[in-house]
Amino acid sequence: MYRYDDFDDAFVRTRVAQFRGQVERRIDGSLTEDEFKPLRLMNGLYLQLHAYMLRVAIPYGTLRAEQMRQLGMIAERWDEGYGHFTTRQNIQFNWPKLKDVPDILEALADVEMHAIQTSGNTIRNVTADHFAGAAADEIEDPRPAAELLRQWSTDHPEFQFLPRKFKIAITGSPNDRAVVKAHDIGLRMIRNEAGEPGFEVLVGGGLGRTPMIGKVIRDFLPKEDLLPYCEAIVATYNLLGRRDNKYKARIKITVHENGIDTFRDLVEQKFIETRAAFGGADQELLREIEAAFAPPAFRAVDTAPFEAAREADPVFRAWADTNLAEHKDAGHAIVTISLKKPGATPGDATAEQMRVMADLADKYSYGELRVSHEQNIILPHVAKDDLPALHDALKSVELATANLGLVSDIIACPGMDYCALATARSIPIAQEIAERFEELKLEHEIGELKLKISGCINACGHHHVGHIGILGLDRAGVENYQITLGGDATETAAIGERAGPGFPAEEIVGAIERLVLGYLDVREGPEETFLQAYRRLGPDPFKAALYPDTKDAA
Amino acid sequence: MSRRFTPKVVTANALLEGDAVWLRADGGWSRDMHDAQLFEEEELANEALRHALAQPDLVVGAYLADAKAGPEGPVPTHFREDFRTRGPSNYHLGKQAEA
Repeated sequence: MYRYDDFDDAFVRTRVAQFRGQVERRIDGSLTEDEFKPLRLMNGLYLQLHAYMLRVAIPYGTLRAEQMRQLGMIAERWDEGYGHFTTRQNIQFNWPKLKDVPDILEALADVEMHAIQTSGNTIRNVTADHFAGAAADEIEDPRPAAELLRQWSTDHPEFQFLPRKFKIAITGSPNDRAVVKAHDIGLRMIRNEAGEPGFEVLVGGGLGRTPMIGKVIRDFLPKEDLLPYCEAIVATYNLLGRRDNKYKARIKITVHENGIDTFRDLVEQKFIETRAAFGGADQELLREIEAAFAPPAFRAVDTAPFEAAREADPVFRAWADTNLAEHKDAGHAIVTISLKKPGATPGDATAEQMRVMADLADKYSYGELRVSHEQNIILPHVAKDDLPALHDALKSVELATANLGLVSDIIACPGMDYCALATARSIPIAQEIAERFEELKLEHEIGELKLKISGCINACGHHHVGHIGILGLDRAGVENYQITLGGDATETAAIGERAGPGFPAEEIVGAIERLVLGYLDVREGPEETFLQAYRRLGPDPFKAALYPDTKDAA
Repeated sequence: MSRRFTPKVVTANALLEGDAVWLRADGGWSRDMHDAQLFEEEELANEALRHALAQPDLVVGAYLADAKAGPEGPVPTHFREDFRTRGPSNYHLGKQAEA
């Protein structure tokens, strides 16, 4: 994996020292909140409902074991013993004290991490396929390109005050696990007719109050043009994007209002300049970065013990069949550790769990972990003969839940339990739905179902792209939950459609249960997923299940 | 004409701890909403808010929040403000753990 060089280290430590001085001056009264707020936000420090919140970037969702261990240490020493992994592949600490934050940032710098550009109208943490570097279907590991983007975008002088925040996602596989179509720039690796790898470039995707699927701005971008082309896009947006209205400032609105063809023409014009200015200077750096991401030397594995354990132990089999993904090396598997035990808070891990996952990464996954936007943790390279022992170790810390991609594997934003922007709670709804389906013992029969919950219209919980989406709102002083149907976060991305009137908190779990049982009644067989059934039948049978008292639902 | 004024308290987050605090009648801050001063008159509420905003060394983001009289002091009328008096619903943390 990429390691900080002297420049990176000095840059991060300088920022920590600056912020330490800024915090001291805020506490002694020489800085007002108006002066201090932009400074703390530049360093990822928010003020939420009950406390400060520190958002730490996990670049492209990749962690080394020592970094995960340090996150656990921070949770224990300066927070309340846990951390929350988010849909942006970040981790949030919900209870830091202002005076401790410089020490936390110092501890992060010790393991080559920081909270820079996790807020503000800047280019945020670049997110990536959480199976990067491991997936069998991958053309190339996208992380060298992601790291190049990180270095280019960090403290980029032209892009510190964009019209609005800016999010880039990248996948090295044509099968999109990184929701690239819902990002300001989405990069999907494909091959051209000559078989060379490059990127399909999407622009203007996003969720929030105006959800939009990204539009293709370039069918095929050669790899070496990545930075100058991204610079051309962001520079064009920086000039053209609206600054008069916060709700119309994202690039999705710029592209929508100007049209993709006009926007593309402007970008291509700018690209002539940026391409000449770069002159390929970044390519040498890219080659160094690529060397740093060379895959580990995968050992030869006899898969017989794995097959035997799978036959012998139904609990292991259920977990293996649900939580493993195909690795590019046939002797290895990609393991997803579910942070979605029914009743638990989606995305939360205790300090002890973080330590255990770090140790297991050292022991079984060549020291590597990933964070998924679906709020789970991945051990990317586990030899198949180690899987039974790994499963045993995960069971001991309640991390062996076999529910990946199932109804209880819910994405949920922090909602009004933590977030100052929220209009309703998300976490208790996720907990109750997961517990209800646990009781019903139906979720393996139901099969793949992506349920995503946001506690406000900003859609951090990605509800628009959930097969079932839930949006929590404040309706006349009462929490109310709207359901959307038919969303899709993959390469066939779609925005879900609103099903009808919302439900109060005490009715939402029953409504979801009716909806899912209704799907079981109408599907053609176990191989037809909820989303496929929805696409085949349209919304009517699902609305009828949701609103049984409405006679004219059809 | 504007809507009829509904009773308010002044609330904010503490600068150092970040937790919710409420303005007392003596001009100081309490971590317990029951200690807050309840304003029935708009002008007095606005004056108290100005007083709060003039204390950036103690609190951040002061605002007026709807409240009503309860047996032990002011209580929230909206669920958001209710959560601020307790803490999150997923863990026993925040104010509910300090009580």
